[in-house]
Amino acid sequence: MSTSEAANSAPSAAIAGSAEFVSSLLAVLLALGVGAILIIAWGASPLTAYAALLDGAFGSWNSLAETLLRAIPLTFTGLAITVAFRAGTFNLGAEGQLFLGATAATWIGLALPSLPAPLLIPAMIAAAAVVGALWSLLAGVLKLRFGANELITTIMLNYIAILFVSYLLRGPLQEAAGYLPQTERLAANARFPALIAGTRLNAGFLLALLAVVLAHIAFWHTSWGFKLRVIGLNARAALNAGYNVTAITLSAFLISGVLAGLAGYMEVVGVQRRMIENLSPGFGYTGIIVALLGQTNPFGVLAAAILFAGLQVGGSTMQTASGVPSTLTTIIQGLVVLFVIGRGAVDLVLAHRAKRQP
Amino acid sequence: MSDSIGTEPAPLVLRRVTVRFGSFTANDAIDFSVGRGEIHALLGENGAGKTTLMRVVAGLLVPQDGTIQIDGRVVRLTSPLDAAAHGIGMVHQHFMLISTLSVAQNVCVGIAKAGRLFPNLSQVARDLDEIGARYGLHVDPHALVGSLSVASQQRVEIVKALYRGARILVLDEPTAVLAPQEVEGLFRVLRMLAAAGTAIVFISHKLGEVMALSHRVSVLRDGRLVTTKATADTNPAELARLMIGEDLVLPQVDGKHASGPVAIETRSVHLRDEFGVPRLSDVSLAARSGEIVGVAGVDGNGQQQLAEILAGLQTPSSGSVIMTSPDGPIDVSHSGPGERIALGLSHIPEDRHRTALVDMSIADNAALDSIDRPPLARWGFLSHRAIRAFAARLIAANDVRCTGLDQPVMTLSGGNQQKVVLGRALAHSPRVIVAVQPTRGLDLGATVFVHRQLLAQCAAGAAIVLVSTELDEVLALSDRIVVMFAGRIVGSMTRAEVTLQRLGAMMTGQTA
Amino acid sequence: MNPLAFLTDPVTQGFLQATTRLTIPIMLAALGGMFAERAGVLNIALEGMMLAGAFVGFAVAYASGSLWLGVGLGMMAGAIIGLALAFYTVRLSSDQVVVGIAINLTMIGATSYAFRAVFGPGAASPRVTPFPALNIPFLSDIPIAGPLLFQQGILVYAAFLLIPASWIVMSRMSAGMAITAVGEHPEAAETLGISVARVRSLCLVASGLIAGLGGAFLSLSATGLFLDNMTAGRGYIALAILLLGRRNPWGIAAAAALFGGADAFQLRGQGLGSGIPYQFLVMLPYILTIVVLIGFAGKGHNPAALGRPFQRNRAE
Repeated sequence: MSTSEAANSAPSAAIAGSAEFVSSLLAVLLALGVGAILIIAWGASPLTAYAALLDGAFGSWNSLAETLLRAIPLTFTGLAITVAFRAGTFNLGAEGQLFLGATAATWIGLALPSLPAPLLIPAMIAAAAVVGALWSLLAGVLKLRFGANELITTIMLNYIAILFVSYLLRGPLQEAAGYLPQTERLAANARFPALIAGTRLNAGFLLALLAVVLAHIAFWHTSWGFKLRVIGLNARAALNAGYNVTAITLSAFLISGVLAGLAGYMEVVGVQRRMIENLSPGFGYTGIIVALLGQTNPFGVLAAAILFAGLQVGGSTMQTASGVPSTLTTIIQGLVVLFVIGRGAVDLVLAHRAKRQP
Repeated sequence: MSDSIGTEPAPLVLRRVTVRFGSFTANDAIDFSVGRGEIHALLGENGAGKTTLMRVVAGLLVPQDGTIQIDGRVVRLTSPLDAAAHGIGMVHQHFMLISTLSVAQNVCVGIAKAGRLFPNLSQVARDLDEIGARYGLHVDPHALVGSLSVASQQRVEIVKALYRGARILVLDEPTAVLAPQEVEGLFRVLRMLAAAGTAIVFISHKLGEVMALSHRVSVLRDGRLVTTKATADTNPAELARLMIGEDLVLPQVDGKHASGPVAIETRSVHLRDEFGVPRLSDVSLAARSGEIVGVAGVDGNGQQQLAEILAGLQTPSSGSVIMTSPDGPIDVSHSGPGERIALGLSHIPEDRHRTALVDMSIADNAALDSIDRPPLARWGFLSHRAIRAFAARLIAANDVRCTGLDQPVMTLSGGNQQKVVLGRALAHSPRVIVAVQPTRGLDLGATVFVHRQLLAQCAAGAAIVLVSTELDEVLALSDRIVVMFAGRIVGSMTRAEVTLQRLGAMMTGQTA
Repeated sequence: MNPLAFLTDPVTQGFLQATTRLTIPIMLAALGGMFAERAGVLNIALEGMMLAGAFVGFAVAYASGSLWLGVGLGMMAGAIIGLALAFYTVRLSSDQVVVGIAINLTMIGATSYAFRAVFGPGAASPRVTPFPALNIPFLSDIPIAGPLLFQQGILVYAAFLLIPASWIVMSRMSAGMAITAVGEHPEAAETLGISVARVRSLCLVASGLIAGLGGAFLSLSATGLFLDNMTAGRGYIALAILLLGRRNPWGIAAAAALFGGADAFQLRGQGLGSGIPYQFLVMLPYILTIVVLIGFAGKGHNPAALGRPFQRNRAE
């Protein structure tokens, strides 16, 4: 047996199941509570800070639009990790897949600037999807063919991908001006139309919603999704039922990579308009938390993505308004997951009480 | 107890020990004792309550009723440690050994006898050599346990118990894992131990061994103590009758099943496990349409591996598996369960939790291996209505007692879970059925139901390979019986040729 | 010209010193991971433990002026994470991987927040004077071994001592036997009088202490400063080193040296202006990790109960 097998104690089983909306909500409140203590430790008022955060996240059409804009990549990475979780594997490689997908899409966009939008946009999407999928598939093949633990390989592949992108942005793909590690700006025909006039929110959000709906249909209304869930829960029973476990697992890696690649694409065409070295503030990793908090359920993922996007967007407002560093939101995100997983502690306490008072 | 040898109180006395699991009584007011220097055999079929009683003695189960006395004092054994502290040493069927530690480390780990921080392993080795010399129990103290043979590991277990001060030794089916010549070695050791005053409980379902070894024998059946008598006052035939039940007569060969052409067969299949240990040697087995082939044998003699090779969960190291299809025979040796299911195979696996059921609803589990069949899914899209209709038919036809189709399957009782598995396996008129221990852990009603279903499938023309360690079951259903021992098929006979003696001889490896 | 002159050449000397400096953090993390994995717990949180050790060590040393206090409290920070991990994996039987990942993500935020809280946002990066190199008389003049082993900061020597110490614990002491028993066969361990919960918890605390030391080494011995996410995946690389070193202290030391050497080599390559884009050089340890995983996955023995939560008195 290899480490990879030891790691594969069906993450979806650990997360889904007993978890309910209420316990997720409680976990969020508890995490915000701990955050409040940290704000006090900083020397600011939690009330002011959280008010600024809320205002920055949802307070106006513009801030709401910014939050939804930020939720686009988080939804895609969250779905990417959900697909892998559901199949009983850990894809921690969304970050690298995102960078490579974004770069590939940008490259296509810059290489074929004269292509009309109806051709250029699908070409860019296809490039991001294919490159993301191939990078993810690499981890899948390493796992199934060599037994290399995907948990570690995906993280290593992240570093390799990001370094490679950094090389491209400082080398072959660097802007002509040559100052910053970034590409030229994409032409207007590569961009998405705005969704709310006067804001940056674009049609990409509709694609994120579409992805959520498609994922829901795939999980619950196709035989592929059914088999995927069975494999995630009990791979041996799936094998005994005649499923092609290897092919379905690889397809999960593949689709996971497609979704992560699309996350990068969305960020490039919707926000940055070019490929930059710091494209992602860890969307791929936050996607893990989004998937966990969303109970590996597509609609839950959407809700969690919007929540965390709000935290991140509001975080900057909070930093400006009260001086509390926006990295506080990273702590809150992590704590939310730890509290969701830790709800078993409540049962433990209750059981202990019950024992003492029979 | 008057039965004890000598005048001091018997080392271990159980009085009216009762263990219930829900409404099921596993041990019903059992009296049992073992004296100094006595070997007391506990005999019974699988499910008779031996293991439960042993778990009570081991401190793993606290009985609802009854008392345990050690040396005349009533004790409460709530953990294995309690039991060990009272001088009870267990030799479990599945060894409690750490394979990456040496023998010496295994015997002293967890206790301070050889030193609290830095155990003096050479001192331990000397102690082990001394124990070994006294009882003929030689083991190399410095050998890694994982490198030892099963028989040697068993010796390590005994040595470990003695090193840790056991005066009462309980051995659970100790010969199940041994070859016949090794059994003799074990018996020599046990006799020497008894002669030195150790009280020994020997749990078994093998009559010959009980007759050869024990001073007294107690027979359990259906959770009740049937009798306790001196071994000298009884004979194998009487014990067999007591163990199986007086009412048991070999079922009439209702069969005369009209057997047709061969539906599945293995041709000189060999299998080595991941460590290179041979598990199957030259196994050739054929099952014809319309017949039930029973595979009997003591647990762990390769039956499980054979079943997995038939079902496609394992690939033979050499040899082949052939299934017949309407287009002629097909070599399926290297194809997985999927291809075999397409050819009409269905598998009722031994461990339903590990291999058959998924933590989803009853409906989903019912549809598990039919999910690609229209109308359950068309063009890759599920029809939940068709799935529910299918599941509803399945649970109605198989009398699954549940609150509804959405009930999680893991919350069903074992019998109802097995009915889901069975119903699923039989849903599409399989041409070949591989059924492994299909009634393990089921109550009588469910058992009868499963048997009836299998017979009906057989009458409808399925070829059935029935693997079971329950002799009753094999005898009740099979047209032909093969016996496995140490990874080989040691004998094959029609049911008319079966006698208990012949069967017993084959199960202990004597070819008849 | 002396053909061996390159051995005492300053470039080679620097390379050898750097090898050790880069080896020690991942070696310590892997040693910490060893205690957890030998007891059957997959410690993905090594990264978070290191990061906590690096930050707390730095902050305390900066505030108190005592490097040693920093080291001590940095280790404590790792140990506290170990306790948290133990609570989740031992008491709650949570999925060991999920908890580890959540801890790592939380620690990235927590150290970064705390750094700003302590040193102010956007402040010029504060520094402490790291442990100075302590040349061992005579030994430090030996070619190769001298710069490699005997011209190092004192924490390096402490780390070296941990290798034989861990080996003695694991192979000579009752504790090591108990840890092995728990990792291989927890049910058997319980029948032998060993508390699986206690052994696993203590192992995770030890794991945190050692990984925390590895983190403190990064900030207090290797650099003298703290940067956001400065561990850069070393906690994950340590898991590959564990595999390559067969969860044995000596093997871990050798495997870590291989990675340290690769890292020093790529740093040297950057410095020398080899013409290879530096990004490809920086990739080296990460690629090496994957190669190791491919080559060594499934080989060698894994603790049989690795990754499997244990519940006492589980029904049947």
